[in-house]
Amino acid sequence: MTDLGIIAAISIFTAGLTVSFGAIGPALGEGRAASTALSAIAQQPDAASTLSRTLFVSLAMIESTAIYCFVVAMILIFANPFWNAALAAAAATGG
Amino acid sequence: MTLTPDQIIMFTAFGIPINATIFYTWVVMGLLVVASVIITWNLRPDVPPNRWRTALEVIVQGIQGQIAEIAQKPSRPLLYFAGTLFLYVAISNLLLVVPGFEPPTSSLSTTTALAISVLIAVPMFGISSRGLGGYLKTYIEPSFIMLPFNIISEFSRGISLAIRLYGNIMSGAVIAAILLSVAPFFFPVVMDVLGLLTGIIQAYIFAILATVYISSATATPPIHQLNKDIT
Repeated sequence: MTDLGIIAAISIFTAGLTVSFGAIGPALGEGRAASTALSAIAQQPDAASTLSRTLFVSLAMIESTAIYCFVVAMILIFANPFWNAALAAAAATGG
Repeated sequence: MTLTPDQIIMFTAFGIPINATIFYTWVVMGLLVVASVIITWNLRPDVPPNRWRTALEVIVQGIQGQIAEIAQKPSRPLLYFAGTLFLYVAISNLLLVVPGFEPPTSSLSTTTALAISVLIAVPMFGISSRGLGGYLKTYIEPSFIMLPFNIISEFSRGISLAIRLYGNIMSGAVIAAILLSVAPFFFPVVMDVLGLLTGIIQAYIFAILATVYISSATATPPIHQLNKDIT
């Protein structure tokens, strides 16, 4: 396998791994947060507006960890810094 | 597929290439300013309010109400700052439905600039509210050991603000582009609707977090301890 092939294979595999592990944690966390907020609303319907505002903000903050993993996966696939370096090295040795 | 509108060059002015991010940022700013100026052109007590002015008042009073619920000390500068952030991010996310429009918030440069302006605004509001010494004292507040952690949290909240907004808007664009090549007929429309919802929520959260950071820097300690409602 050439250097470029190894870099591509590892990048794609790692991107999938990043998104999968990055989705598990926030999914569990958001489920916990939503179920706790729902039971809190069921106990105190008067505080529903405050609770749902807090829920939205905290859901977005939990979700941002998943977004970080997604950004890292996108960088690995579309803007891999090692890919261009390997291309340049291959061109230098080949030409 | 382009990950950022920074790579699209719209035109070249005086030898400087103007990319899509700068161009559409000015489009959004011009839209907001021109619409507000036109609506408030005839702002006198004897002129009856028309529907446009009422709509603008609803928006401004909504922002005012949200800030009054969160901040311990609502102030006019805070309203101007957070309201501007919200309106700019919301409009640039909502214009996603216009064909050919690239949301400037899907570029990391724009979101980093917004996050840096929040990072600069927090000390400014803090110093103007409690004085230079009072603000610097918040860094060593529980004990002196917390000084490096407070400084790190200051920077990490800026990074997370920038990456959160960028990642959410960019992921919407990427998913729409991938679906266009898989199922081009109906699915991209559904994902665009989801993108509109995400855009509004992210604009709300960006403004809310800026308000929370600023109001935690300006809050006086006794009120802060009384008010347990964190948000």
